[in-house]
Amino acid sequence: MADASWLTEFPDMSRRDLLTIRKTLDGAYRDFSREYGDTIESLFDPLLNFLVWFEHLLIETPWWIILAAVTGIVFLATRSWKLSVGVIISMLLIGYFGMWEDTMRTLSIITVCTLMSIILGIPIGILMSRSDRAQSIVTPLLDVMQTMPAFVYLIPVVMLLGIGKIPGVIAVVIYAIPPVIRLTNLGIRLVSKETLEAATAYGATPTQRLFGVQLPLAMPTIMAGINQTIMMALAMVVIASMIGVKGLGQPVLKSITNQYFTLGLLNGLAIVALAIMFDRVSQSYAKRSQRHLEGRENG
Amino acid sequence: MDEQTLIQIEGLYQIFGPDAEQVLPKVKAGASKDDVLAETGHTVGLRDINLTIDRGEIFVIMGLSGSGKSTLIRHFNRLIDPTAGKIKVNGDDIMQLSMKDLTDFRRHKMSMVFQHFGLFPHRTVVENVGYGLSVKGQKKSEWEGQAKEWLETVGLAGYEEQYPSQLSGGQQQRVGLARALCTDAEILLMDEAFSALDPLIRYDMQSQLIELQETLHKTIIFITHDLDEALRLGDRIAVLKDGKLVQVGKPVDIILNPADDYVRAFAKDVNRARALFVKNVMSPALPVYASDSLDELEGLIDEHGVAYRITDEGMFEACTEVSPNSGAVWLPVHSLSRNQLLQDILPTMLESSQPLPVIDKNKELCGYLSHKALAKMLQLPNQLNVA
Repeated sequence: MADASWLTEFPDMSRRDLLTIRKTLDGAYRDFSREYGDTIESLFDPLLNFLVWFEHLLIETPWWIILAAVTGIVFLATRSWKLSVGVIISMLLIGYFGMWEDTMRTLSIITVCTLMSIILGIPIGILMSRSDRAQSIVTPLLDVMQTMPAFVYLIPVVMLLGIGKIPGVIAVVIYAIPPVIRLTNLGIRLVSKETLEAATAYGATPTQRLFGVQLPLAMPTIMAGINQTIMMALAMVVIASMIGVKGLGQPVLKSITNQYFTLGLLNGLAIVALAIMFDRVSQSYAKRSQRHLEGRENG
Repeated sequence: MDEQTLIQIEGLYQIFGPDAEQVLPKVKAGASKDDVLAETGHTVGLRDINLTIDRGEIFVIMGLSGSGKSTLIRHFNRLIDPTAGKIKVNGDDIMQLSMKDLTDFRRHKMSMVFQHFGLFPHRTVVENVGYGLSVKGQKKSEWEGQAKEWLETVGLAGYEEQYPSQLSGGQQQRVGLARALCTDAEILLMDEAFSALDPLIRYDMQSQLIELQETLHKTIIFITHDLDEALRLGDRIAVLKDGKLVQVGKPVDIILNPADDYVRAFAKDVNRARALFVKNVMSPALPVYASDSLDELEGLIDEHGVAYRITDEGMFEACTEVSPNSGAVWLPVHSLSRNQLLQDILPTMLESSQPLPVIDKNKELCGYLSHKALAKMLQLPNQLNVA
């Protein structure tokens, strides 16, 4: 009977083999990170320095200057009094409930992560839009990045770089970058063929086509991608706090382990407030920068 | 290649598919489009195209959808590269141009108008018109004046700061036309430029193009599927079918001497009175009677059926008969302009009993039109067959 056991039970590999595989891979990766961890970490030093500097700047500057600056940026980007007043009120509430410093930390890491995602994501998106082969390679990678549970890719990052800001940034960027890449690619591919032909026919070089026609016309789509990226980065803040990223995520994590409902709720609401701020500002900026789309309804 | 020729295309083949080069010999050997598709999965776009286009003419390429006409026009500025063949402009084979020279060629020699306008939605109207100059590296201050002038020429002054989406289709295509004219290129490619417009606007745009061409004398390559449009605009017409040229000729040739059934089917439904001009039907002879000799007058009438003399006021008088008793009878007649449509001159012709003189733009006599010639021209093709 023992011979037919594969009919009832899955003929899996023996535990011993599995253990060997795991041990070998883990050992190899551990050796790799011991060997090169410091070198790789030092590559990220400029980024770390910038992150620390920016966080200090936000925290050390008196709160009312930050408030004035944020409101100023919001107003410049949106030209909306309503939104600006809303931002002032929510920032005041955040400060009043004692979450100012954590909010500043989160603000700084989100800003850096978003900038990183844009700086890396848009060129990758452009590359994808120009070559079908690049697209067929990158798309499955993006699928993995978006569906793989964040904890799983935190492990190698932490093994390599330890706990701290940089692994946090890397984790957030991996999680948040796919929308920028996807929508940059999509936006450029959606530019009408005839418009592009027109540019070529009038003697535009590939660079002139990219910056003069493709990117400007893809901008609404790209902006939607950036907006998504910001939202996903904010959502990742709580998970990133598990590997030592300070900010609004840490109190939330603390409340989960200790069942502090109010603390969790307040910090959660602060994250929501930041999210709404980023969302509205980036969206209305995108809309305002696309004046040519205004007449669409009439035409 | 003579002086008049500006563009010459020799042995042009276009085959779409991954191994076009391998399929080429088969197509050259004469395999049909369907056979090639079934055997190799390649689509034959164009097959052995040979054309010459003269300086300053409007050359119309006509065909139904799928005939390859839009593919063909994209070869002139190499938006599409041919599988085989030569494209010479001013005697230089543009297939030999480097990427940089090609860009330069596109900037200076050719401009293009597109079926769906191909405007840049994120640029204002005036920025669209100046696009050709701005890609050359000119600053806005340098091209703005010119762009505004061309906008005014096409009748869109005051729309400079609008965006294309705020304009109607006809207005958008005027912007497209202004953009093409603004680069001052010698050659204008128009890919079904007026096909997306409604009939009234289309007619207006055609009139405007004809009017502009009278002063600009560009070389225009115009693609259309509409024979009426082809006849109205074209100095010469090429008919394309399944990627092959079936006939190249003057509008009159297309109507009166169709090369095959395909062209005949096209030509059958044409309202000739609306498609042909006086110049297509008139006799180019000048039976002007300027002496006193009655013999000469009789000679003219024998040959042409009519003789004209011009009065001191510049009016025409016609004589069709010299009777032995009363001598020559001179009757004042209206004159026709050579660029009038037959339909417009029908009433005048019917009122008159004499053949009418035809004058050109400078009011000089350039021919005459007889009732017989007109009637023959207006006969339907099947009646012609019977006769």
